[in-house]
Amino acid sequence: MSLEKPYLDVPGTTIFDAEQSRLGYHLNQFCMSLMKAANRERFKANERAYLDEWPMTEEQKQAVLARDLNRCIKAGGNIYFLAKIGATDGKSFQQMAGSMTGMTEEEYRDMMIKGGRSAEGNRIIGEDGDAQAHHQPQGKAGKK
Amino acid sequence: MAKITASVYTSHVPAIGAAIDLGKTQEPYWQPVFQGYEFSKQWMKDNKPDVIFLVYNDHATAFSLEMIPTFAIGTAAEFTPADEGYGARPVPVVQGHPELASHIAQSVIQQDFDLTIVNKMDVDHGLTVPLSLMCGQPQAWPCPVIPFAVNVVQYPVPSGQRCFNLGKAIRRAVESFDKDLNVQIWGTGGMSHQLQGPRAGLINKEFDNAFLDKLIADPAAAAAIPHIDYVREAGSEGIELVMWLIARGAMADIDGGKPPKVAHRFYHVPASNTAVGHLILENQR
Repeated sequence: MSLEKPYLDVPGTTIFDAEQSRLGYHLNQFCMSLMKAANRERFKANERAYLDEWPMTEEQKQAVLARDLNRCIKAGGNIYFLAKIGATDGKSFQQMAGSMTGMTEEEYRDMMIKGGRSAEGNRIIGEDGDAQAHHQPQGKAGKK
Repeated sequence: MAKITASVYTSHVPAIGAAIDLGKTQEPYWQPVFQGYEFSKQWMKDNKPDVIFLVYNDHATAFSLEMIPTFAIGTAAEFTPADEGYGARPVPVVQGHPELASHIAQSVIQQDFDLTIVNKMDVDHGLTVPLSLMCGQPQAWPCPVIPFAVNVVQYPVPSGQRCFNLGKAIRRAVESFDKDLNVQIWGTGGMSHQLQGPRAGLINKEFDNAFLDKLIADPAAAAAIPHIDYVREAGSEGIELVMWLIARGAMADIDGGKPPKVAHRFYHVPASNTAVGHLILENQR
């Protein structure tokens, strides 16, 4: 019997469950290593060489090098672990979260000041809210 | 006998800690957030507890994926503020209360909750931001703190109902401690927020305010909210609200006492990616 996963139909959202955690174990543990200042320095000096010390998949390494957090999450990353990469880069949590929407920093910040993203149309895949797949990327990037 | 006199509920957004540490609290963006805690700082001075039992979650700081305890109680004599990647927050070391913490651990485990006992642990913004919001920037925190970390990072996290029941067990544990201690229990995290994916930035004021109403007046109904409702309505990280139910479950009315007095209620959007909610509930004699 398979496990119940009632959260798979929430748009633009990946729940970090046991399956994702298994896929992302080494990716997340690499992120964890960036909690030490000496490791941050080594990573910044040669990112590829540092990543090659970890038994991560090539896709995970490429996603990290590209700083594509959506790709990292798909490959098993968890945002609280991935945040260590952002901290190493000097990025705020708001910059990191915003980067996953396609919006510019200003666009995302303005959305938050105006009360944030509405849940309307964003509860279930197939509705018409701004987090749905057919509205990506968001902001000006999606209007080109 | 030790007694739980009040419960405090608050978001623990890391950017709030950064705003305090960098002296930005009077900037227009932050001023409304901190305004909401002016009452609370005075209340803390007027109602100084002997111990704070602080329910929070670790954000991949003390617990990596090597070990993922669902419920972890800190029984150490002190806990150091962690370097979360930006350098440690310039806040006092947190003094523990090993005697009461060990007592609670033993009592709660005997009530069938499998706690992980932690004798060495750094504490992250989940614990230190609530202390900063409630106490300001003192040289030392006003009293010992027992850190109680809940896994809300890897699914499945404990249900609201289980957290609520755990609160009841904690109340019984505290009240079976012989020394006269004034104990506050704090539930932290939330309110609505999502930090990941194209749906990042989700905020739901209606859900949050309904949750505050329920938490005050019908906590059993709040405890019955299933995990998926938090995700759909309050964002994937809104699930942190289950931690508020631990504190609420420890209040006297859950065990036949009088309903608590609402000493303070505050709500503001946004702080960074998050809706800030805050309540102070006092047990009535």
